[in-house]
Amino acid sequence: MIRINREICDLCGVCVSVCPEDCLELTETYLRTDNNICIGCRFCIKVCPVGALSEVEESDERPL
Amino acid sequence: MKDRYDVLIVGGGPAGSTAARFAAQNGVSVCLLERDREIGVPVRCAEGVSDTGIRKIIDINPNWIAATIKRFRFHSPTKKYVDVSSNEIGYVFYRRIFDHDLAVEAAKSGVEIFTKATVCGFTKTEDGFTNVLVRYENRERTVQAKIVIAADGIESRIARMAGIRTNLALKDIESCAQVLAGNVDIDPGRIDFYLSEKWSPGGYVWVFPKGNRMANIGLGVNGSMAKGRSASEYLNEFLDQNFPNASRLTTIYGGVPVTTNLSRLVEDGLMIIGDAAHQVNPLTGGGISSAMAAGKMAGIVAADAIHCGDISRKKLCTYENEWNRTIGKDYRRFYRLKEWIRNMTDKEFEEIASAFQGMAPTDVKISSIFRMAVKNKPSLIVDAIKVFAGF
Ligand SMILES: Cc1cc2nc3c(=O)[nH]c(=O)nc-3n(C[C@H](O)[C@H](O)[C@H](O)COP(=O)(O)OP(=O)(O)OC[C@H]3O[C@@H](n4cnc5c(N)ncnc54)[C@H](O)[C@@H]3O)c2cc1C
Ligand code: SF4
Ligand code: SF4
Repeated sequence: MIRINREICDLCGVCVSVCPEDCLELTETYLRTDNNICIGCRFCIKVCPVGALSEVEESDERPL
Repeated sequence: MKDRYDVLIVGGGPAGSTAARFAAQNGVSVCLLERDREIGVPVRCAEGVSDTGIRKIIDINPNWIAATIKRFRFHSPTKKYVDVSSNEIGYVFYRRIFDHDLAVEAAKSGVEIFTKATVCGFTKTEDGFTNVLVRYENRERTVQAKIVIAADGIESRIARMAGIRTNLALKDIESCAQVLAGNVDIDPGRIDFYLSEKWSPGGYVWVFPKGNRMANIGLGVNGSMAKGRSASEYLNEFLDQNFPNASRLTTIYGGVPVTTNLSRLVEDGLMIIGDAAHQVNPLTGGGISSAMAAGKMAGIVAADAIHCGDISRKKLCTYENEWNRTIGKDYRRFYRLKEWIRNMTDKEFEEIASAFQGMAPTDVKISSIFRMAVKNKPSLIVDAIKVFAGF
């Protein structure tokens, strides 16, 4: 699943533009992921201009 | 916010504000919704425009101009450079002021604008209109519109909600980082481009002067060529090597679609414009004036469709056809050139720079540089000649 480093995410929307499954959604102040429909293609990770995204095992996910 | 409008526009960038103004001036009721708290902020742009591109849509207000550009310089990987003088006047704008003023002009034409208003979804009514689900401040409400214009920028999720695939292939996006650099020693009337696989694979570095020893310095890295490093890492390396003493007064990130436009720009009751429709010059990454050109076309067509009582795809296609016949056609040529240049090596960039060494700027034409760049791909020479005719 995809983890967002919220300390550095700039809410620029580049990841949203490449997601084939439309599982990323941006608001003015928050980037939301729907990991239930994520297919793990890693496109979002490759285009993030600041490297805020990474793929983690489910068990690694920390609660917000 | 009222319960219904003729036209509802999603997004308050140059595309949305321009479409809104032209629709309202042609006599229909228009509402424009912007998700963010302030139109024009944050700026995610290098702010370079051409005089002719903007002037086709709106008279230029001197308050928008940070710098006037008359010269270009292309740098090779080993910092040989080629100077080009152009008859075309360019500007580096203050987009914060520019985008704001475009919205002010729209408002003066009767457009009702709301900030902090996010479009979350929509459904079709029985009579073919659209119920738009809007989150405004802390409440959800439904607004009905005859035509929705999606001007929601690179994310382009409004069109997706209507079933149009808008997600970009990795090779068709440039991931970008930029700083507003302070105290840099540059020519205030010249735009510089640096081309190298090492600095910005599949893209380029730009230095756009903004007056008072400042410049937008940024780069784009092609999504398929980044080699596991982010645009910000590439930019830091470039700045450390080339502008080690620069202050970084603003830091921004963003993405530019570098592809051809969506194959369907309209559906029944829906039009897609600007970055959302991938209407960006895929070679330069410039999208401001084309977003506005699309906005003007779409705004006029939308108003006419409302007056005729026909909001079908067939009727709205007037906009799609006009785009594809004009700017869209040029951009397909630019796309073919970009696909070639994206894969050029540092050795090839070096060869081009060497070929033009010692020539006076007035003798160097942008078209001749590009003709040289595609010399091993004869099928592209026609494209290079056509799109740079006059440069
Ligand atoms: C780093 C960088 C440098 C660039 N440099 C240049 C340049 O020098 N020259 C040039 O011509 N172009 C440049 N561009 C491209 C240019 O910025 C865009 O083409 C232009 O902004 C497109 O305008 P737009 O109106 O289509 O979209 P935008 O300006 O992106 O506006 C879209 C708006 O829609 C809003 N929105 C999104 N979703 C919703 C929703 N659901 N509800 C309500 N509102 C929503 C967003 O908040 C945003 O304000 C650059 C881009 C980048 C990233
Ligand atoms: S691309 Fe990166 S910085 Fe931009 S919104 Fe996505 S995670 Fe955040
Ligand atoms: S990994 Fe692929 S499917 Fe999952 S969020 Fe990223 S882009 Fe979307």
